[in-house]
Amino acid sequence: MAHTIGASLFGARRAARPLFGAALVSLVEWFGEIGPFCLQLLRGMFVPPFEAAEFVHQLDELGAKSLPIAALAGAATGVVLALETQETLVRFGARTLLPALLIVSLMKESGPIITALLVSGRVAAGIGAELGAMKVTEQIDAMEVSAVDPFHFLVATRVLACVVMLPLLTLVADFCGIAAGWITCTLTQSISLQLFLENGMKYATFPDFLPPTLKTAAFGWIMGVVACFQGMHASGGTEGVERAATTSVVLSSVFIIVSDVFLVRLIQVVYP
Amino acid sequence: MSTPLQPSHAPPIQVHALRKSFDGHRVLAGIDLEVARGETLSVLGQSGTGKSVLLKLLVGLQRPDSGSIRIHGLQLENLSRQELTEARKRMGFLFQNAALYDSLTVLQNVCFPLERQVGLPRRQIEKLARGLLAAVGMEDHAEKLPGEISGGMQKRVGLARALALQPDILLCDEPTAGLDPITASEIDALILKLQRERGMTSVVVTHDLPSARTISDRLALMSEGRILIQGSFEELQSSRDEFVQRFLNRRN
Repeated sequence: MAHTIGASLFGARRAARPLFGAALVSLVEWFGEIGPFCLQLLRGMFVPPFEAAEFVHQLDELGAKSLPIAALAGAATGVVLALETQETLVRFGARTLLPALLIVSLMKESGPIITALLVSGRVAAGIGAELGAMKVTEQIDAMEVSAVDPFHFLVATRVLACVVMLPLLTLVADFCGIAAGWITCTLTQSISLQLFLENGMKYATFPDFLPPTLKTAAFGWIMGVVACFQGMHASGGTEGVERAATTSVVLSSVFIIVSDVFLVRLIQVVYP
Repeated sequence: MSTPLQPSHAPPIQVHALRKSFDGHRVLAGIDLEVARGETLSVLGQSGTGKSVLLKLLVGLQRPDSGSIRIHGLQLENLSRQELTEARKRMGFLFQNAALYDSLTVLQNVCFPLERQVGLPRRQIEKLARGLLAAVGMEDHAEKLPGEISGGMQKRVGLARALALQPDILLCDEPTAGLDPITASEIDALILKLQRERGMTSVVVTHDLPSARTISDRLALMSEGRILIQGSFEELQSSRDEFVQRFLNRRN
């Protein structure tokens, strides 16, 4: 089964075929099935009925409730960046560049990727487990026989919520990272917030901010699609739910990191 | 492309040469079945003989390998997703474990299909749902979550939800499984009452013989993926087939 790709890849299920061959077949099958899944998802997104109330509920559940994680991750990144780079910059006599380095680094890469990975840990596991449990207890079948399309109610709302909320959470992480970075700098050598921002923003350009922030919408799409797919294909009781949750997190994290490589290059090509 | 509607006197459920396998294991090996309008058919058989699979095929949750299923004259395999959704509005399905949405209250569970299929104001939908809950004796538990009520109560709520869209076909998967004899007979009486009131065509999958006798007009006994025999309880009793006798008399 394609949806057990994670299990096969990480040795959770013993297959009769050699492990590598089985994993390869699973990988190909998985990609073969995710295409039609995305088509059904797009139909669920753009063809009525639209589940507005459920979408708003998911914005809160997946987005607003991830706010503390995003803020904490951003702040921690800001502190670490300030501590690590400060020493190096002082050594080269370029301490004045610290605000710029901190702000640009946070906005361009650290903020988006750390937010996406941490939020995917929470959100993908949650979606995978929730839909997996609904699948194995026949709640998704019950929805279908009630003439309600689960792609409208369950999948489209969750994926769309991930796409909308990830850039917003990234903004929060960036903000907290810059604030925490400033506080860290101030503790060693006092610098006003105004000067810190002026110095930093002097070097920050439009391509440093908007495209990297918006690319997290793609990360949201990846984590939403992967988690919904794994959940909707769960089977085998509690073990199946656990497998759906685990593979949702692992696969979405891996795909986010891999896609980041391509997106970074794409942004560099579009905004040279 | 769907097949045109048959004349109204045609049986609402017609199954012909239905076959289904999973991973090379044959579950259904050619099922032929008809259920007349207003009739209740109980499908009996040992565990693992494909009874539940048959029910899921009837509602389009799974696709057959070959053979045909006609619901109200419409060939299920040929229906588009939209047409299948329309066909499902005329079918109610009671799952073996009720399959209630565990994050919604009892009332919200019954409201769920109504909110999406019936163009009525919220207050009227709630009134309809409360009426359905009253019909199954669950009106006092409307605000509880499924996890807070017993298995028998969950079955009742499942039945109310299955009836929400006023279907003319009711499919029940093991309605009395896992229930004590008293609760099981209450569920039987409830199904019988609702069938009489609404004149629905029903297919009930069970291995509870007393329950099947109570609620059915006709019984069909499955063995090894086929219908071994069908008819009234008396007709099954008079069969000389060893398996039928063993099944009816609970002998090994």
